[in-house]
Amino acid sequence: MFREDATLEHTDTAEPTRRDFLYIATGAVGAVGVGALAWPFIHQMNPDASALALASVEVDVSAVEVGQSITVTWRGKPVFIRQRTEKEIAEANAVPISDLPDQFARNANLEDGADASDVNRSSTGKEAWLVMVGICTHLGCVPLGEAGDFGGWFCPCHGSHYDTAGRIRKGPAPENMLVPPYQFAENDTIVVG
Amino acid sequence: MAGHSTYEPQSAPAKWLERRLPVISLMRGSFVDFPTPKNLNYWWTFGGIAFFVLVVQIVTGIVLVMHYTPNDTMAFASVEHIMRDVNYGWLMRYLHANGASMFFIAVYIHMFRGMYYGSYKEPREISWILGVLIFLIMMATAFMGYVLPWGQMSLWGATVITNLFSAIPLVGESITTWLWGGFSVGNPTLNRFFSLHYLLPFVLVGIVILHIWAFHTTGNNNPAGVDPKSEKDTLPFHPYYTMKDLLAIVVFMIFFSWFVFYLPNYMGHPDNYIEANPMVTPAHIVPEWYFLPFYAILRAVPDKLGGVIAMFGAIAVLFVLPWLDTSKVRSATFRPVFKVFFWLFAFYSVMLGWLGAMPAEGIYVILSRVFTVLYFTHFLVILPVLGLIEKTKKVPDSINDAVLGKTGHAA
Repeated sequence: MFREDATLEHTDTAEPTRRDFLYIATGAVGAVGVGALAWPFIHQMNPDASALALASVEVDVSAVEVGQSITVTWRGKPVFIRQRTEKEIAEANAVPISDLPDQFARNANLEDGADASDVNRSSTGKEAWLVMVGICTHLGCVPLGEAGDFGGWFCPCHGSHYDTAGRIRKGPAPENMLVPPYQFAENDTIVVG
Repeated sequence: MAGHSTYEPQSAPAKWLERRLPVISLMRGSFVDFPTPKNLNYWWTFGGIAFFVLVVQIVTGIVLVMHYTPNDTMAFASVEHIMRDVNYGWLMRYLHANGASMFFIAVYIHMFRGMYYGSYKEPREISWILGVLIFLIMMATAFMGYVLPWGQMSLWGATVITNLFSAIPLVGESITTWLWGGFSVGNPTLNRFFSLHYLLPFVLVGIVILHIWAFHTTGNNNPAGVDPKSEKDTLPFHPYYTMKDLLAIVVFMIFFSWFVFYLPNYMGHPDNYIEANPMVTPAHIVPEWYFLPFYAILRAVPDKLGGVIAMFGAIAVLFVLPWLDTSKVRSATFRPVFKVFFWLFAFYSVMLGWLGAMPAEGIYVILSRVFTVLYFTHFLVILPVLGLIEKTKKVPDSINDAVLGKTGHAA
């Protein structure tokens, strides 16, 4: 009934043919095209322009007395601002860095490798002020202040204890609470972000 | 499936359709004439019950979407609007919220039945794997659904679960930000969860069809664990099992209704009637009951990444269960030692569920670790070794012999 196709009969050769080349070229162009088209579908889920625009907040801290804390919102996250007591600063300084589970400062204002000394967690000349993102580095809950075994913060979700410099001391959290980029604009104003 | 039917279309329209799209013979072959082992007990009805609840979830879900607003400033109020203003809105929402728990109850019983009778064994591995996939997707769906009312538990549950991905080395933070669409769980997160929560149940229906297709190709397992050998071993699916499943579904509906009408919030958390507040975490956040065993495993490991790996590992191990159990005998009826370990495993699971609801401190942490180790030991040590050394009872020669109480050859 059917006659053998003369072209097909000769395609099974050891030498790459024009058809092989076209197959591979078509496949490669197709793969690149699919990849290029996939990216917009993936990237649309990343933070949009309106989320990125919430860059910084200005906070007047003149009303925060020694031993008091306030919580402000920055990029949808709570930021703890605390004016620490002498006792809290002394307690934080008394801990050898080698005893800390996380020995890095986690301070966005310093270089990456800075150690977790108390002054690196606060800032030189303003040691009383502790500014940090109030989110537990374990799974993102908001820790409770002036609580836990070290007089700092305690996360009720999975039992992480932070000390008076916001450093993880006990529990599942892997890192010290993050110090966001911030600066003292005037004496009584802190700009976060 | 279709091959099991002796259906010949009689009427002219049926003949016309059969030549073009043989759906009638396909349905008859799958759910009417399909030869089903005649010894299936009531544990076998939970697959049908689970499918029934999935349909309930889809129907009530479609209704709820007609009244719900997926926006962080309006979601909580729109749920209260459903509860107070919409005609029978309370019924739709309570059916849907409790339906999630009912779905898990049915599926957990269905899975334990499969484990007891060795339904995952050769040649039904694909059916089992598809079932584990269904379990995984329904967990994701239930999690995202729980976020939609935008109460305190919604927000903080979403925060904790999405933060699990931040444990991944190097790319964890980027993945978490990508999942959120921001720097914390917020409106973009709510919107995408809503979109996926609507999509995934239909994906589940598709996988359920594959799941059924797979075990209709191999034939059902049964309490004796031996394959049908002759027509004496089977019955047509209809009316024998349609009626049996229907009775079970009706009894299950009574149980379901008891919760919907008398204890509608029993399986929820009061904190979820407080609107989401990103500045305050509730003092004691607990996931829904159906996640508790896995949550206990997460908390048992004192390392963030390790805990996440253990939790996902507890589900992943189910995928390879067909190859971990080395015994050739399927049913626990003929495996006296396995039977003991099966009930121990059920006990470990219940204990982990209880521990997941307890605070992560003191004796609870120690017990969580003990039962986590026991959970994995069951799969990774007991099942592979037991299959090689256990002396099994005589397996009946056929289903008919099992029904008539005759014992057969040694396995």
